[in-house]
Amino acid sequence: MKALVCIGHVPDTTSKIRFTDNDTKFDNTDIQYIIGPYEELALTRLLDIKDSGTDVHITAVNVGPVETEATLRKALAMGADEAVRVNAEPADAVFVAKQIAEVFKNGEYDVIVTGKESIDYNGSQVEGMIAEFIGLPSVSGASLFEIDGDKVKMEQEIEGGKQVLNATFPFVVSAGKGFALEPRIPNMRGIMMARRKKLDVVEPVEQNNMTEVVKHYLPEAKPQCKMVDPENVEELVRLLHEEAKII
Amino acid sequence: MAVLIYTENFNGKFKKATYELVSYGTETANKLGSEAIAVTIGNVDESTLKELGNYGAKKVFVVKNGELKDFSAQAYTAVIEQVASNNNADVIVFGNNPSGRAVAPRLTVKMNAGLAAGAVDVPSSTSPFKVKKRAYSGKAFADVIINSDVKVLTLSQNSYKIVETGGDIEIEDFTAEIPEGAYAVKLVEVVKSKGKLSVTDADILISAGRGLKGPENWGMIEEMAEILGAGTSCSRPVTDLDWRPHDEHVGQTGKVVAPNLYIAIGISGAIQHLAGVNSSKVMVCINTDADAPFFESADYGIVGDAFEVVPKLNEAFKKFIAES
Ligand SMILES: Cc1cc2nc3c(=O)[nH]c(=O)nc-3n(C[C@H](O)[C@H](O)[C@H](O)COP(=O)(O)OP(=O)(O)OC[C@H]3O[C@@H](n4cnc5c(N)ncnc54)[C@H](O)[C@@H]3O)c2cc1C
Repeated sequence: MKALVCIGHVPDTTSKIRFTDNDTKFDNTDIQYIIGPYEELALTRLLDIKDSGTDVHITAVNVGPVETEATLRKALAMGADEAVRVNAEPADAVFVAKQIAEVFKNGEYDVIVTGKESIDYNGSQVEGMIAEFIGLPSVSGASLFEIDGDKVKMEQEIEGGKQVLNATFPFVVSAGKGFALEPRIPNMRGIMMARRKKLDVVEPVEQNNMTEVVKHYLPEAKPQCKMVDPENVEELVRLLHEEAKII
Repeated sequence: MAVLIYTENFNGKFKKATYELVSYGTETANKLGSEAIAVTIGNVDESTLKELGNYGAKKVFVVKNGELKDFSAQAYTAVIEQVASNNNADVIVFGNNPSGRAVAPRLTVKMNAGLAAGAVDVPSSTSPFKVKKRAYSGKAFADVIINSDVKVLTLSQNSYKIVETGGDIEIEDFTAEIPEGAYAVKLVEVVKSKGKLSVTDADILISAGRGLKGPENWGMIEEMAEILGAGTSCSRPVTDLDWRPHDEHVGQTGKVVAPNLYIAIGISGAIQHLAGVNSSKVMVCINTDADAPFFESADYGIVGDAFEVVPKLNEAFKKFIAES
């Protein structure tokens, strides 16, 4: 199986989010970038399958400027076989999806695996967009991914439960919670080997930007928390009823 | 021109979130000077369909093709595109729920559109078309301009009000063409979550964390949920430790929730946890540690031991419910 795994380059989940330039740009100062948590699960699962003896070739792909290569190298250190960077600012989700669809068409891949949502603009957009560009089936937020010969068993989140699915290649799937258990941590050997692995840089194909982010806001600061005496919990009930009018 | 709302039905029933979405689509249509119309897939009885008119939709298309009984992102995208194109819809809105997240991106590409995922308000301007949405996992918001002719939006749950407008709705059957291969992925079975209220549906969530020490101590949490008609949720370590089922995990890597009331018990308030819950209308924190970060985001707090506070609070809630 040849898999193309989309690797998001996103701020560490503990990052304090700030903006600059009149709130138009994300403030990079002191921000650590990581592989998106769901993409980490996606890659981990493929590596687990590979370790169990199935023939899997993994290409990590990212659409981004040269700074994102460090994140791609991390994917290589985890165990991906090679990487491709599409050399462009990821303008919006449609743009990114178009680029990845193009990489897919230029290789002989069986499956594209993305994360369920990107944690910067909370997309959960790219998987379906790529699939529509290529004309492939898509499975969203999969919590299971098991290969049995040429069949892949998956579970997809639906409202109030899940669907158990059987797919044959090719298709696009986004990894949700449960896709893999614990993300892999690269070891020293992996990090050394990653330096020698192939990282191709390709130029983007044309695609108009459909959307643009013009301003950011931080959530409004909450007024101070009102403290209630633990010996007088009736007061909390009163506040929830009379002041917050919520019960 | 029209605003098309995908009103998903669940075994022929709509949810509160559906009416929220219709209210949202209607107000968006008002701003654009166009009309709100709806589409639903599957069998829904007439009186239920008429309810959509009560929130402002003028017309609903009912797609009854038998093959559509099972969800397929590809098939549903094709069907909604046909309804949209036939009716000159230039704005199409979905809930930010599993089906919306699966279909909206595909439809965006199919219609050469732009997508704003996780909108939290109606467009603040229509030309350019500008809408506020969630960003950075709920740690921020962003204004997004959509430049394409067709715009696709998904609405964050519980972020818009339900407005009853009253009004009649026209009901029309729609026979869609289902493209070949749209069911290439075979459905083996549907597994329903057991009878309880799902965390994204609950108006009130009682949520507990590692501070509860072990799964045997959840009785008082379930009791509080029972008293208030609430759902139960938990922090990530609690599901990692298998103290609670995985569908209760809320936060940045779990479910994103926005109930009217979120009561956090023995949860420290890590940034990844808060990201998934901080759109709740009112938050209460109960924690032994007065310096727990959750207190900075909570509206009401009690510094105290959950094992003492929660049973007392349950009695107080019971008394309140009995008297009201
Ligand atoms: C990439 C990434 C993603 C993550 N995503 C999520 C996510 O989606 N959701 C999530 O929840 N976490 C997530 N986390 C984990 C997060 O960082 C925290 O570790 C986690 O939220 C802590 O859970 P907790 O508050 O239950 O436990 P703890 O941090 O251990 O807090 C327990 C709290 O209980 C209090 N306590 C102890 N005893 C009592 C008592 N008797 N009565 C009352 N209070 C008591 C303590 O004072 C403490 O504040 C993520 C982490 C990473 C790195």
